[in-house]
Amino acid sequence: MKIGVPKEIHAGERRVATTPEVAQKLIKLGFSVMVESGAGDASSYSDKAFTDAGCNIAASAGDVWSGADIILKVRGPESGEADGLRADQTLISFLWPGQNTELLETLTKTGATVMAMDSVPRISRAQKMDALSSMANIGGYRAVVEAAQHFGRFFTGQITAAGKVPPAKVLVIGAGVAGLAAIGAAKSMGAIVRAFDTRPEVKEQVESMDAEFLMLDFEEDEDGSGEGGYAKVMSEEFIKAEMALFAEQAKEVDIIITTALIPGKPAPRLITAEMVESMRDGSVIVDLAAEQGGNCELTEPNQVVVKNGVSIIGYTDLPSRLAAQSSQLYATNLRHLLTDLTPEKDGNIVVDMEDEVIRGATVCKDGETTWPPPAPKLSAAPPKAEPAPPPVVEEEKPSVFGPIAAMAIGGLALFGLGAVAPPSFMAHFTVFVLACFVGYMVIWNVTPALHTPLMSVTNAISSIIVIGALLQISSTDKLIMWIAAFTILITSINIAGGFAVTRRMLDMFRK
Amino acid sequence: MNTEGIVTAAYIAATILFILALGGLSNQETARRGNWYGIVGMGIALVATILGVVERHYEILLIALVIGGSIGLVLARRVQMTQMPELVAILHSLVGLAAVAVGFANFMDPSVHFEGVELTIHDIETYLGILIGAVTFSGSVIAFGKLSGRIGGKPLLLPARHWLNLGLLIAAIWFGREFVVQSAAGDGMTPLIIMTVVALLFGIHMVMAIGGADMPVVVSMLNSYSGWAASATGFMLSNDLLIVTGALVGSSGAILSYIMCRAMNRKFLNVIAGGFGTGGGTAAAGGDEDGEIVAVDASETAEMLVNAKEVMIIPGYGMAVAQAQHTVFEITKTLREKGVNVRFGIHPVAGRMPGHMNVLLAEAKVPYDIVFEMDEINDDFPDVDVSVVIGANDIVNPSAQEVPDSPIAGMPVLECWKGKTTIVLKRSMATGYAGVQNPLFFKENTRMLFGDAKDSLDEVLKAL
Repeated sequence: MKIGVPKEIHAGERRVATTPEVAQKLIKLGFSVMVESGAGDASSYSDKAFTDAGCNIAASAGDVWSGADIILKVRGPESGEADGLRADQTLISFLWPGQNTELLETLTKTGATVMAMDSVPRISRAQKMDALSSMANIGGYRAVVEAAQHFGRFFTGQITAAGKVPPAKVLVIGAGVAGLAAIGAAKSMGAIVRAFDTRPEVKEQVESMDAEFLMLDFEEDEDGSGEGGYAKVMSEEFIKAEMALFAEQAKEVDIIITTALIPGKPAPRLITAEMVESMRDGSVIVDLAAEQGGNCELTEPNQVVVKNGVSIIGYTDLPSRLAAQSSQLYATNLRHLLTDLTPEKDGNIVVDMEDEVIRGATVCKDGETTWPPPAPKLSAAPPKAEPAPPPVVEEEKPSVFGPIAAMAIGGLALFGLGAVAPPSFMAHFTVFVLACFVGYMVIWNVTPALHTPLMSVTNAISSIIVIGALLQISSTDKLIMWIAAFTILITSINIAGGFAVTRRMLDMFRK
Repeated sequence: MNTEGIVTAAYIAATILFILALGGLSNQETARRGNWYGIVGMGIALVATILGVVERHYEILLIALVIGGSIGLVLARRVQMTQMPELVAILHSLVGLAAVAVGFANFMDPSVHFEGVELTIHDIETYLGILIGAVTFSGSVIAFGKLSGRIGGKPLLLPARHWLNLGLLIAAIWFGREFVVQSAAGDGMTPLIIMTVVALLFGIHMVMAIGGADMPVVVSMLNSYSGWAASATGFMLSNDLLIVTGALVGSSGAILSYIMCRAMNRKFLNVIAGGFGTGGGTAAAGGDEDGEIVAVDASETAEMLVNAKEVMIIPGYGMAVAQAQHTVFEITKTLREKGVNVRFGIHPVAGRMPGHMNVLLAEAKVPYDIVFEMDEINDDFPDVDVSVVIGANDIVNPSAQEVPDSPIAGMPVLECWKGKTTIVLKRSMATGYAGVQNPLFFKENTRMLFGDAKDSLDEVLKAL
């Protein structure tokens, strides 16, 4: 089947739905790939790179939309883009069917199969196609870069000849994928990072990134974890306590990065105008929730505004501002989805509605809306199962009687043997027992690395049994003599072989 | 001149040299000297016996020595390091066979005469020497077959095999009694032969019932038996050198078997009784079996390795099968030149023989001071950036620690999942010898690199 990748037409959108590297892998899956001319220009993937990867270049968007069986896009179709969509075609892109019901209706009517990358269920199996996480990760990173751009000082603390520079203090609100990426980026630039989240289970993750997790002084244990690993709306008292915390922090920190989102709801208002006012001049707020109304009261989407000396960044296209990176990750997410869609690897996709991931992503098919999907079976962060109690190790007290009894029995057996055996036997037996002990002491000192040479050398040494045959070979009895000769033959194989192979092995051990 | 005294003195010298030979193996620096002690000891014993005791048939003796010696040298030169377990097994069988032959020859020798209790004791010694020798012989042959792939590695579990073993044991004891009684009357050949056949069958059955992963125990156990056989022969011939040497070898093998069993957290008897999981326990237990695995390709692996600071390589039998040790060394060398600290973590039962992995790595010229035992490096895993598991499975299975009713519960394992990333090289998703699913593969920080270990590693090397 033919995959088509048109150029994104949304204003300011720099991403592209596939990269030359990923296209190569798609071709390996049996597809042919057609890319609109100039589709990758904004994200530094030239037409030539695509051709070199084995793609065809289509002159216009129309050629792509009419000629491809599968259309890959970043943003959902807009302003008549998808008018020519046919029932036999498949469209995969971000769609936000919850917010864009009209678009979903139009797409349904075409009869085409449409899959929304934002609707891929958040289960562990689908992590590799979770484009939202990929984009959030980039957004979080870029947020710190934007903040640094508008922040007039170092992130890291320094003691220089010209005086001491204190490190910047960064507060990250919402420790989801974006929040954690922001924590990581800010931390690696040397800032002191604090983070807050309503979901207590992320405390560990925040601390693993070496940031400080701000605890809320709140009496009741309220867990903010909602379905699918997202946060949910909190109680009034909780929000009050939370706001008090932010107000206090705002006076202290230099940079606030907010990433608080609740699915299907406008973004919660967390930073009020008063808080902004209380911040030092030159401080920066990056509002990653600007598109959903903003976590900060003063955020203006797609703008950088300076209020009371505080820069408030409301960009909604942060991933697109890191276009090469986000295109690559998004394209890889798409590739994973396509890999799952082509179980035979023959370039023909099978939309298996029994598959939980594919079912979840498909928003309409055969003229029917299939969104929203049935609830996912598993939450991304399953309720922590009680860790199985460590198996109780009952320390067995070595019984005093055990060794005594063993010794007593051994002693009695020895006495019994001594009573009947002739003295010559007892003499040999003494030697035997002593040799066993010597062997025991010596062998425990052998380093485990040399266990194989140990075996081959003991093997050679145990061929000392040849002495027995040597004693017998002088026999006048022909049969005995031949048996003895045979024994000498095989034991000498063993002697020579054992020592030689040991030498060969030992020669190999070197520093 | 007192020939007998000189021969005895030579034997004492040989004994001391043998003990020094084993003592020399305590570390790599002294090991080569130790081997020379062994060779000299053996030489002294042979020369003293040939000059002092042998009276005639020198030419046959020398021819046998030369032919045997040449065969041995050729074998030693030709053998691949990956085939060491097979070689050791087949050499054990020769010791067993020799013990049987010497026993029979001694019994037939009309010049050997004893009376009363001495005769009984002598007969029991003969009997034991042949019994242990025969078990060693047939067991080693089967072990050789299993190790070289001529016989399937799966344990052969006959119905009622414990009863069968018991029956064979009782038969062996009964024929032993018959033998002693008949020998006193000047006969006894028939029960001796029957007993030998029973012992051979016992050896075959015992090793057939043991699975591939338990092979290290079997090989070291047979090593031990070959020593005891030599010791019993020594009693029979009233020869202290044989007794001492046999005892040294016997205890060496016994200790190795013990170490191997401890490394698998299994009881020696349990291993010998054969089969896996016979002591109960659910074979299917093992956490998220339907989890998601993440595959990587060679170039990604190479990238991860280059970007790491601490790399731990965990080789297993799969590396030996794929003959990948040289590529592993090349990769190690390249990475070390780039400043990556590469180390090796060896589990005691990795491979088919104690110390098998060490020998393979040594063959590939990996310096032994970056090769570590499990106990030495298990605490370092949290600092390891990338662990590379090559053809190993059960020895890196977290269910040994996490799933109390797993068949391998309690077995010490290399805790590679505590590191940042683990890359597992594997041919397929098949389970290890224990038949236990490995939750390691489904861990979030585990990546799977499928394919033949050698091919995959060659590609990784190229990508470096």
